[in-house]
Amino acid sequence: MERKSTAVAGPVLEVKNLSVSFRMYDRGLEQYDLKVISNLNLDVRPGEIVAVAGSSGSGKSLLAHAVMGLLPENASVEGEISYGGKLLEQKDMERLRGKEFALVPQSVTFLDPSMKVGPQVTGPRPSRERRQRQREVFDRFHLAEAVDRLYPFQLSGGMARRVLVSTAVLSGASLILADEPTPGMDLEMALEALQCFRELADEGRAVVLITHDIDLAFQVADRVAVFYAGTTVETAPSGDFLRGPEALRHPYSKALWNALPQNGFQPVPGFQPYAKALPKGCLYAPRCPWRTEECGGEIPMRELRGGMVRCIHAT
Amino acid sequence: MRLEAKNVSFRYREHSPWILREISLSVEKGERVGLVGPSGYGKSTLLRLMGGYLKPASGEILLDGKPLPQKGVCPVQLIYQHPEKAINPRWKMKKVLEESGMFRREIMEALGIEEEWLSRYPRELSGGELQRFCVARSLFEGTQFLLADEMSTMLDVITQAQIWNLVLKEVEQRQLGLLMVTHNRALADRVCQRVVELSVETDGE
Amino acid sequence: MKHKAFKINRRTRTIAAAAMIAAVLAGIFLAGVLLGDELVQADFSQKGLQPSWEHPFGTDLLGRDMLVRTVKGLSISIIVGTVASSVSAVIALIVGVAAATGSTKLDHFMNWLIDLVMGIPHTVLLILIAFACGKGLKGVLIGVAVTHWTGLARIIRSEVLQIRSQQYIEVSRKLGHSSWWITGKHILPHMVPQFLIGLILMFPHAIMHESSLTFLGFGLSPEQPAIGIILSESMKYLSTGAWWLAFFPGLMLVVIVLLFDRLGENLKKIMDPYSAHE
Repeated sequence: MERKSTAVAGPVLEVKNLSVSFRMYDRGLEQYDLKVISNLNLDVRPGEIVAVAGSSGSGKSLLAHAVMGLLPENASVEGEISYGGKLLEQKDMERLRGKEFALVPQSVTFLDPSMKVGPQVTGPRPSRERRQRQREVFDRFHLAEAVDRLYPFQLSGGMARRVLVSTAVLSGASLILADEPTPGMDLEMALEALQCFRELADEGRAVVLITHDIDLAFQVADRVAVFYAGTTVETAPSGDFLRGPEALRHPYSKALWNALPQNGFQPVPGFQPYAKALPKGCLYAPRCPWRTEECGGEIPMRELRGGMVRCIHAT
Repeated sequence: MRLEAKNVSFRYREHSPWILREISLSVEKGERVGLVGPSGYGKSTLLRLMGGYLKPASGEILLDGKPLPQKGVCPVQLIYQHPEKAINPRWKMKKVLEESGMFRREIMEALGIEEEWLSRYPRELSGGELQRFCVARSLFEGTQFLLADEMSTMLDVITQAQIWNLVLKEVEQRQLGLLMVTHNRALADRVCQRVVELSVETDGE
Repeated sequence: MKHKAFKINRRTRTIAAAAMIAAVLAGIFLAGVLLGDELVQADFSQKGLQPSWEHPFGTDLLGRDMLVRTVKGLSISIIVGTVASSVSAVIALIVGVAAATGSTKLDHFMNWLIDLVMGIPHTVLLILIAFACGKGLKGVLIGVAVTHWTGLARIIRSEVLQIRSQQYIEVSRKLGHSSWWITGKHILPHMVPQFLIGLILMFPHAIMHESSLTFLGFGLSPEQPAIGIILSESMKYLSTGAWWLAFFPGLMLVVIVLLFDRLGENLKKIMDPYSAHE
């Protein structure tokens, strides 16, 4: 897929040392804090797609919710989320979401089932310009005039996907967060959906693509951020993922590559640690072949070969 | 032994559009078959028909030449895409295994289920960990065929490889028949001996 | 968004409040049962006294202490409320589960029954049933019990339907478990919170309806010291200026009803999964 690297300006979204914990009740009256995201870092520049890859429970979707200011009451957040260089507070997020940030949800179930697609995308009583704009966007994603008058349940999976993406485009948002847009789609459809995001990025928007279909993600993304157990373990240009384990930095990223069916289909043993019982130091250490004494200490994120890695042994 | 669908058609209601038309497919015991094809072509529906979860509008599903048993323990077991939906959220994991009589050391070892997970609730385990339980409870004595509906789609690639390697070992050892649906061609090629493409021709539409 | 360490967390507070309310209600109930009848003997030397330290709620025209009468009346109300709403909740559970698990015909019938009971004005139906069963405690109990289950039955039915369509029920069936087993092991345990909350929130209605039935003269007999009786008696004397006869018992009735309501709401907060962790 064609990739234009227009990313030059400073980051649109920058997440620094983000931690999210939930205050949960144990059995009875005891409460404890469940830390689901710890020391997470991510940045996206205009014109760039950053794919966020990692297993379920690695905090991918929560990151999107934290940025949109959609976390529930019992969550507490530490660290910094800044947008265009400005630190965001909860009320800023509420103001910006839908205007500057747009979330592309996973499925049609996020559309109002009793409202026709056209009005739903433009909003109630749209101005003429807005309707015209909607038409343009729909045309661009090959959605015919007739689609405006369909209800969400009448859309095919692919059409629904394009409608959801159109909503984000029409909002004029400069930051788009797409939460798992591809699972269960066949290759052709998934690539088509991802192509939509590529086009958006090429227009100068910043796109965060949350996905676990990593083999698809590196086809369109500029960079890939690999999450593990609620933290970033590596960010790398996606070319490194195409080149294979030698080009990658973190042992977990290498393990991901090796486990792909088209590569080795060889899994590393062990499990992602449960948020209630995280190991000290490196979260990947219990499964890591390179583990040493020092891995129990603090592991900072460091630069390595044009990417970032959270591993003291990576070379 | 063989599990087969003979000229099966399906639609939800009379006059609603056909989802499947005149499909035939068979899986032998000990054979691993993959079902791939674009979304919306009824792959999952076919799987649910073959497991006896849905009734075909016409045609028949035969196990060893006879219709599937309606009551009692079913020798054809289905594994779902979302393990968290296929497990009672109020039950501890031990009870989940006990429900199928599969609270047995050897099966837990075979599927890498850790002792400590048994006292947890489903929400305290990840999708991959839950999916192991779903596989474990389907692998009892009488199971002859295993149907997997996008079983690893919601899992990360490492967990996917872990689970499939374990399932393949069991399938091999017991000579089970396996029919799996996936959108991931590479996975189907890895796992299966035969890959069937459900496409426009066989679909009849 | 930030929740720094609470001294007492919400669940603790909620449970404490619920326990306190339960204690107050139990106290009133016990007091009503334990207070001897001699305390409500007629004493014409004390008749028609305004509220004072000696008689905080005043006395009636037969010289009986209104506080004791009110407590005794409320105690009866609580008994009626407990029995009637328990019976009613059990009816709701049976109807709800049967409608959702049985055949389509049964479901239609049960729905029709719910609509029928809901369609007739509550008070009219109550009066009819209480009258038909012979007035008095039995009539009131049956009347209240058979009219209050409809709302909860609806909720339970839809809840059961929703759970029955879950994949884990499908799995259970394929593992060879019978409908009964599935209802007992999977479905009923899911109903416990709904059932308990529904039961407690039914209390205030049951008590109010018992009182109004009695007030209208279709309920408990005048010899029983029920709150409805007290209220209807006192109405006669309101014009003579004996306001305390109706005021205090009425106020207490409202307080009790509100307490039950709070108890139910508190339980809901603890048990409802959507608010359980806040």
